[in-house]
Amino acid sequence: MEWMAWTWPTALFFAGIAVALTVLALLHMKYPSTARTGALGIETMRGDRFFIALLGSAFINLAWIGLVDAPQYGALIVCGLFALCVFRWV
Amino acid sequence: MDKPVNQRAWILVLPVVVLVAFSSVIPMMTVVNYSFQDTFGGNEFFWVGLDWYRELLQSERLWDALGRQILFSVIILLIEIPLGILVALCMPKKGWTASLYLVLIALPLLIPYNVVGTIWQIFGRSDIGLLGRVVSDMGISYNYAQNAFDAWVTVIAMDVWHWTSLVALLSYAGLRSIPNAYYQAAKIDQASRWSVFRYIELPKMRGVLIIAVLLRFMDSFMIYTEPFVLTGGGPGNATTFLSIDLVKMALGQFDLGPAAAFSLMYFLVILFISYVFYTVMITTDKGEAKQ
Repeated sequence: MEWMAWTWPTALFFAGIAVALTVLALLHMKYPSTARTGALGIETMRGDRFFIALLGSAFINLAWIGLVDAPQYGALIVCGLFALCVFRWV
Repeated sequence: MDKPVNQRAWILVLPVVVLVAFSSVIPMMTVVNYSFQDTFGGNEFFWVGLDWYRELLQSERLWDALGRQILFSVIILLIEIPLGILVALCMPKKGWTASLYLVLIALPLLIPYNVVGTIWQIFGRSDIGLLGRVVSDMGISYNYAQNAFDAWVTVIAMDVWHWTSLVALLSYAGLRSIPNAYYQAAKIDQASRWSVFRYIELPKMRGVLIIAVLLRFMDSFMIYTEPFVLTGGGPGNATTFLSIDLVKMALGQFDLGPAAAFSLMYFLVILFISYVFYTVMITTDKGEAKQ
């Protein structure tokens, strides 16, 4: 595994994704998600909203790095708010 | 009747999961790890945080390559989609000529990418190439190795030659699936050829055209081999698209950290566009199913 050049921050990041996917799978078994049409005008399930939140967060982080001269945790706060909005309205 | 639920069926998915893990997930994780570190070889890495991302996002190199890439993909779509539809409309509907046309149309798709690049490299040369010689003899200054405009024209012509067939074949399949009753109704209504195309053929081809646009966009957005063989990204950086720039960075300069960050940003753009196309396709399919 040395060739994969693991670091603690990246390992935690992937662990977070894995935990989130597991939680989503368990949630789906317990409370099956139903499709709904939200603000984007497309049908989404819980997994779709999670994907949109993750993808959007990646772009928010990149935009923050390129445009904002402030610590990166600011971007994480924006990402959290974005994810909340996606799960609520998309 | 209720369908039986058998969770053991998930075991059948296991081989695919293992395959995807080794071919995609593990390499992707490695690229993420590399993008936050620097290395001088010898499997030694040094944490640099977000430096590579910051450096790339502020470099003109990335934005210029992205601009060229988007321009190339847009031009390709604007030419190949209408041309492919036109070719499909002109093709015979049945008989042995239909089979012959299908085989002939499919030929460019069978040629390997690097061979296509080599063919056009020779074809465009003004000393020995048919195209280059004819254009030069017509008194038009043409040299794809020295002139950026000529290089672009040649790269676009090469891609159009190579891939319009795919759009034509997909459109042809779409056209063939339209029931004859639609044409008969149009004939009774004395509809013009344009009306038949606009109100029958085009709406019925929508599904396959979305797939064609998706395939051509993704492929043109990731194009590497053909322009690399033809122009090597030149003259200067005129035809250096994202993938060519990425390979130069990763293999030419051996800057693995910046190349990894570059790859991830490239991947995110492609993922985003693919998702948009996928969503449009699914929405269209559902809309058609409801009708």
